[in-house]
Order: sequence, then C-alpha cells, then structure tokens
Amino acid sequence: MATSAISLPRLARHNPLAAAGVVLVVAFVICAIFAPWLAPHDPAQINLPGRLDSPSLSRWCGTDELGRDICSRLIHGARISMFVGSSVVAMSLGIGLIVGCIAGYYGGRIDRFVNIVLMNAFLSFPGILLAIAFVAFRGPGIFNLVLALSLGGWVGYARLVRAQVLATREKEFVEAARALGASDLRVVVRHILPNIIQPVIVQAAIGMAGAILAEATMSFLGLGVPPPTASWGAMLNDARAHLFDAPHLVLFPAVAVMLAVLSFNFIGDALRDLLDPRSRIEAGL
Amino acid sequence: MLRYVIHRVLYTLPVIWLVVSLVFLLIHLVPGDPIAQMLGEGAPAADLAAARHAYGLDLPLSQQYFNYWKGVVHGDLGTSLRYNQKVSKLLGQRYPYTLQLTWAALIVAVLLSIPAGVHSARQRNRWDDRTISVVSLFGLSFPNFALGPILILFFSIKLGWLPVSGAGTFASQVLPAITMGGALAAILTRMVRTSMLEELNQDYVRTARAKGLNENVVVYRHALRNAMIPVTTVLGLQFGALLAGAIVTERIFSWPGVGRLMIDAISNRDYYLVQGCILAVGLTYVAVNFLTDLLYSAVNPRIRQ
Repeated sequence: MATSAISLPRLARHNPLAAAGVVLVVAFVICAIFAPWLAPHDPAQINLPGRLDSPSLSRWCGTDELGRDICSRLIHGARISMFVGSSVVAMSLGIGLIVGCIAGYYGGRIDRFVNIVLMNAFLSFPGILLAIAFVAFRGPGIFNLVLALSLGGWVGYARLVRAQVLATREKEFVEAARALGASDLRVVVRHILPNIIQPVIVQAAIGMAGAILAEATMSFLGLGVPPPTASWGAMLNDARAHLFDAPHLVLFPAVAVMLAVLSFNFIGDALRDLLDPRSRIEAGL
Repeated sequence: MLRYVIHRVLYTLPVIWLVVSLVFLLIHLVPGDPIAQMLGEGAPAADLAAARHAYGLDLPLSQQYFNYWKGVVHGDLGTSLRYNQKVSKLLGQRYPYTLQLTWAALIVAVLLSIPAGVHSARQRNRWDDRTISVVSLFGLSFPNFALGPILILFFSIKLGWLPVSGAGTFASQVLPAITMGGALAAILTRMVRTSMLEELNQDYVRTARAKGLNENVVVYRHALRNAMIPVTTVLGLQFGALLAGAIVTERIFSWPGVGRLMIDAISNRDYYLVQGCILAVGLTYVAVNFLTDLLYSAVNPRIRQ
C-alpha cells in the first residue's frame, strides 16, 4: 500500500468515491485557509437594494435577505466548518486517547471507574443534547461550541482506544519493552500507540463528518457561532423565511454541508477498507 | 426473563440518578447570576433577591439538590418565567406531539430500510445494490435541516400536495416524519444489508432452500428474523440521534413539540423550562435504551445467560 495508495489517479481508478472525497476535502481546506482572498465579495457587506437576487454572473450564488453575497458567505462558512470540525475531532481524540490509554493500560479499579462510571455518564445523554444543554447555559461562541461538541465526542474514541490497548498490552513485544525497563509512558507512546492508531484514524475521519454535521445543526438551531459570522447552518436557518421567494438560499448551503460531510464519509469508508480488510469481508464487499 | 428484567432495572437506576443530577447542575453552569440573566438587565435588586428566593437559589447547594429531587419525584420542575406556568404542565402539553412525530419517523425509517436492505443483500454487487448503497450514503450525509426545507419546496410549494407546517392532520405529519426518519433509514438500510448477507450464508438458510421452500419465505421468514437481531440494537443506539432530529424537525415545520419548546426557551433564557425539556428528552433516551435491551433479550434469548 505504501506509495501506490498516495497516487490520486490510481486511487480514482480503484475507488472513485474516495478520490472525489480527497479532492473535495482539499477544496474545502483551501477555501477555509484562503477565504479572504478567494471570496469575490465581503461576506458581511449589506446591500439592501440587491437583496434576494437570483444567481447571476456577478453573484454566482445570488444574495441573501440582507443583500450579502452567498458565494462569499459559503467560502467563509467553510472556515467555521473546518475549524470547528477539526478542533472538535482534535479535542475529542486527545481526551479519548488519554482516558482510553489510562483505562486500558492500567486496568483494574481505574478501568472500572472510567468504563462504568465516566463513560456511562456521558453516554446516558445523546451527544447533541449534551452540546445543546452546554451552550444553552454557558452561552454561544466558538470556544463554547467546540467544548460542547467535544463533551459528547470523546467517549467514542476513549472506548475504541481502551479496547485496543486492552488487547495490545498482553502482546509479547509490550512485555519485551517492559522487561527492558521502559517506563509506562514510553511503552504506551512508543510501542502500543503506533500499533493501535489505524482504527483510530478511521474513526477520526468519520468523526470529522459527524462534527461538521453537528456544527451545522447547532448553527441552524441558533446555538453556533453568533452572527454576522457566516456559517452554513445559520445560512440555512435564515433561508427558511424565504422558501417561497428565494429557494436558492436553501440550496447552496445545503449542498455545501452535504458535500463536506459526504467527502469525509467517503474517505473514512475507504480508509477502513484499506487499513482493515477484515471489515470489508464482514461487510460483504 | 424476570431476573434479566430486574438486572436491567438495577442497572438503569444509577443512570437515572446521573441524568437528574447532571440536569440539576446545568443551572449552575450559567456564567454569573442565572436570575439576573433571566430577568434581564436593569432589574431592581429587590426583584432579583425575591426571584432568587422563589427559585430557592439562595439555599446551600445540597439543599437545592435535595429540593430538586423532591420536585422531580413530585413532578414539579419549577415555573417557566416566560409562560408563567408550571414547566411540567407545559411539557405535558408538548410531549405527546414529539412522541407522535418520533413514532412516525421510526415507521418511515423501518418501512424504507427493510425492503431496501433486503433487496440490496439479495442483489449483492449488482447495479441496484450499488445504487442503494450510494443513495444511503447520500442519505446519511444529507442534513435533516436541509432535507426538510427542500421537501417543503418540492411537495408543498411546487406540487401543493402537503401542508408547509402545523400539526393535527395526517398529511401534516408526512414531511416531518420523512425529514426526521431519512437519515435513520439510510443507516438501517446499510445495517439490514450487512446483517442479511451474513444470515443468507448460514446453514439453516441452505436447509430451508434445500427442502424446497419458496425463496420469499426463506428470505423473510427465516433470514430476516435473525438479521433483525443486531438491527434492533442499532435502532436503540440511534434513538438519541432521532431525538436530536426531532429538535431540528420541529423547528422547520413549526411542530409544537418539546424540541421547539426547548429552543424557544433557550432564546428566552427561560432556564427552568430548558432544564425541564432536557430532563424530559434525557429520561426518554434512558427509557428507550432500557426497552431496547429488553426487546433485544426477547428476540435473542442467548443474551439472558
């Protein structure tokens, strides 16, 4: 798999969906990083005489109820989506790795506490409800949003990491490392982690899709990044009032969210097939 | 079976304790003074003190916790500032609507996913299997808050077949149910397909075919029954996502359920009402997980041992 997996044309032949996913993700990341230079207009500039314009040559995706350029807002919206998505995944993954490693490696009472008390406490609420509750009482804002979504997100990673560590710590090479006098930290970081990281990467790719969807949901409910910052979910929420007179307001942000979520799902699916051939057999593919 | 039920009840009790305790703590997450936030800026100090006393926020935390439990057990979740009514009464009015919508969405998801998943498994790797796979991946990725408005655009505005919003008639339920059940249908289709593929390769299926049974009987009476066992678990796990979907769907279709009540309460900073809504949704989730466990053990007796 080493070098051949990286070549895009080869990937496109073997798995066109994954290739499409990679291309889309790269496009979204470029939009997110270079938004101020790529956007044709200022995303917050209000222009009331030109409100609710249909798509045209100068305004590719039309304008919204305040006359703001939708295309520019979509490009800037990618920023929020990618930033919040990757922050949530990084934070959840970080907490999940630490908690999962500690529980799985030390086992015993710590493991029982983490597995039975801590994880069940967070699993007793659906993740998005936890996020809604947190933002409702702490107030909106990008930091609170990331924190809120990570609150329910880390458990999935912690469970996976714990199960993997539990299985790996009995292996001979771990025993060998310990016999050579390696510290617990060294054994976990240098010996166990590299061996369990593959399924974690798959989970992170699929988790990215979930985080983007969750961010858009929160913004749609008015619990995301406060206006006038452009975010796809908030754009969809604004569009509801103009379903009759300007349906393009719904269409473009809807497609943006869908493509972003879809591309990470494609990549996640392809990575799982690539890294874990067993799942391919189990799924009957 | 009775022993299993008691075991599950004993397991569920601490979860309920956890949910109630977490919901109790929510009000203390508010930065600053929740009463000042609720009454708004410029409220006189005397009013603030009176409200704080009325809500019991001037008591020690342990006393507040005790009182909260007392309230929960007696069905008293405080008073909504905005509606000036008991939170439990408001919840009682709205909860049936959310339940109704959730049922409708579940029915939509099951009706779509079982035939699609079974067909996909029988036609493995043919073009219709691939089409169903791609469509379900799209369904999985298409957010319900985008699906809802697009359904309205098409079926209500362009075709004029179904109402845009409201609740009461059967027709007004159709679009919300599809919006809410769509993603679940996609997940279940994939699950049913995988599970069916496994069952169709089992020996008992070969035996059933060998004794000359009709293929439909083999698939639906023999294989599907066993294939549904893992699907039931996923159904329970996905219920949380379904409840979150209810919050979004109710907002799109102005459906008078708990979800809309909660979002309105959040924007009004009606904290006790928000707390009540979250408790109601959280406890529903716990109850559904409990029932799924029981259902799972009923269809799969092996789990009881």
